[in-house]
Amino acid sequence: MKRLVILGAGTGGTIMANLLRRRLRKSEWAITVIDRDNDHYYQPGFLFIPFGFYKREDIVKPRSKFLPRGVEFIVSEVDRIDPATNEVVFLDESRITYDYLIVATGAEIVPAETPGMLDGWRDTIFDFYTPDGATALAEKLKALPGGRIVIHVNETPIKCPVAPMEFAFFCDDCLRRHHRRDKIELVYVTPLPGAFTKPVASKALGAMLDEKRVQMVTDFNAERIDAAARKIVGYDGREIPYDILVTVPTNMGSEMIERSGLGNEFRFLPTDPHTLRSKKHENIFAIGDATDLPTSKAGSVAHFQAEILAANVVRAIEGKPLEPAFDGHSNCFVEAGKRKAILIDFNYDVEPLPGRFPFPVVGPMPLLKPSRINHIGKAAFRWIYWHLLLPGRPIPFVPARMKMAGKKRPAEMDGAASSGTK
Amino acid sequence: MAQKQYGAATVEVDAEGFMTDLSQWTRDIAAAIAKEEGIAELTPAHWKVVDYIQKEFKENGQVPSIRKLNKSGVTSTKELYDLFPGGPAKKAAKISGMKKPEGCV
Repeated sequence: MKRLVILGAGTGGTIMANLLRRRLRKSEWAITVIDRDNDHYYQPGFLFIPFGFYKREDIVKPRSKFLPRGVEFIVSEVDRIDPATNEVVFLDESRITYDYLIVATGAEIVPAETPGMLDGWRDTIFDFYTPDGATALAEKLKALPGGRIVIHVNETPIKCPVAPMEFAFFCDDCLRRHHRRDKIELVYVTPLPGAFTKPVASKALGAMLDEKRVQMVTDFNAERIDAAARKIVGYDGREIPYDILVTVPTNMGSEMIERSGLGNEFRFLPTDPHTLRSKKHENIFAIGDATDLPTSKAGSVAHFQAEILAANVVRAIEGKPLEPAFDGHSNCFVEAGKRKAILIDFNYDVEPLPGRFPFPVVGPMPLLKPSRINHIGKAAFRWIYWHLLLPGRPIPFVPARMKMAGKKRPAEMDGAASSGTK
Repeated sequence: MAQKQYGAATVEVDAEGFMTDLSQWTRDIAAAIAKEEGIAELTPAHWKVVDYIQKEFKENGQVPSIRKLNKSGVTSTKELYDLFPGGPAKKAAKISGMKKPEGCV
């Protein structure tokens, strides 16, 4: 009996368990999934908690519920991977041997990477990337009389790069509805030169921040946080005062990757961008946020990778060459407030562009433009996530590889934009 | 693709002046780009960073992140900001003849 081990039962790991159980003969292949707990959070839901749209219990279900029959699920903390002996080593030094390994351990926030950040943690400094952080922030925002909310991205890459912007849009919307917008100043601080990495979307999203009276501070890299004086201090000497700091701390891969000696400087696993195989080990593959790929760290990416990775794992097992099929496809709904959302669809080579999705002209979803139907799409996505995406069922009309049909590059951005996308 | 003249040398550059062909890069061109970026003279500390970026690029095909530079022991993040004021990641890459660093999306 051979064994495939999947580390992590989040979005990527769960989809892989479902896809591969259907493709690998049960009499020949055991599949073992390992995670340190049994709580599967619908991570896009974190953003909604601080504003009271969701509570923690609305977005969590047991991981085991989404794993198929015929898959062994172990809840235990892994100390390290030993690629020399093809073993996964648990904290208590017990071991499990694998023939093939899929790393799906995701990314996490690491506030300790920024000096001073933990001093004001959950007092005046909050995150909304964890259930505890988002819940604590909901309490804080409820009781906020006025002042200056600074929304801060510490370092790229981060999970769901549009989330902090959505947070700003929601803040504006929520404060307006409660007639408190004039009492509160909103500031958006980013290490990037603009709202987003790619020019067309950066322009569109930057204009929206402006329209919602969110001040933008760009090219800002925090050296430390002075929690007592409530200010962020940049490497270039700039200082940004805040009353509440809503930060996205540095995102890194699992410490287990570092203990295994397999990570880059962010503890992400160096991965072939097209085949999704580890750059170092032939029988190790990776999916989702755990990889070092230059694509968004987002559930949609893990979903698009999953089909391609499942096919490649089967090819590797059969001794066939891998298919370099992954194109970096990413697809995100960006909540814009006022019950509207923006949809962006892009890959390694093509930045988010305006147009219609999934079909040219008829859409029905407009790209890179706020609309009600996109908001409904995002709201419906929670159902799609649990019922179609995790079980590895196809999502209608949304293929793994990006389609150019329906997308249009704005005329004035030609040339300038194309140099920025490569 | 645009071209740019540095002394007697003509190099291929993108719309923002990043070189697109590393084989055309020389130390004199690096010094000229540095001047344009407001760095009057490249000191040994600057060259250590430039050499490290080029070595990393040749080995891994990627421009190292600031975090990687900081961990490398070649320099610290604080020193990078002193050496390349205003935007060390972009300026150091430009002077080293790299393409514009891809921000991760």
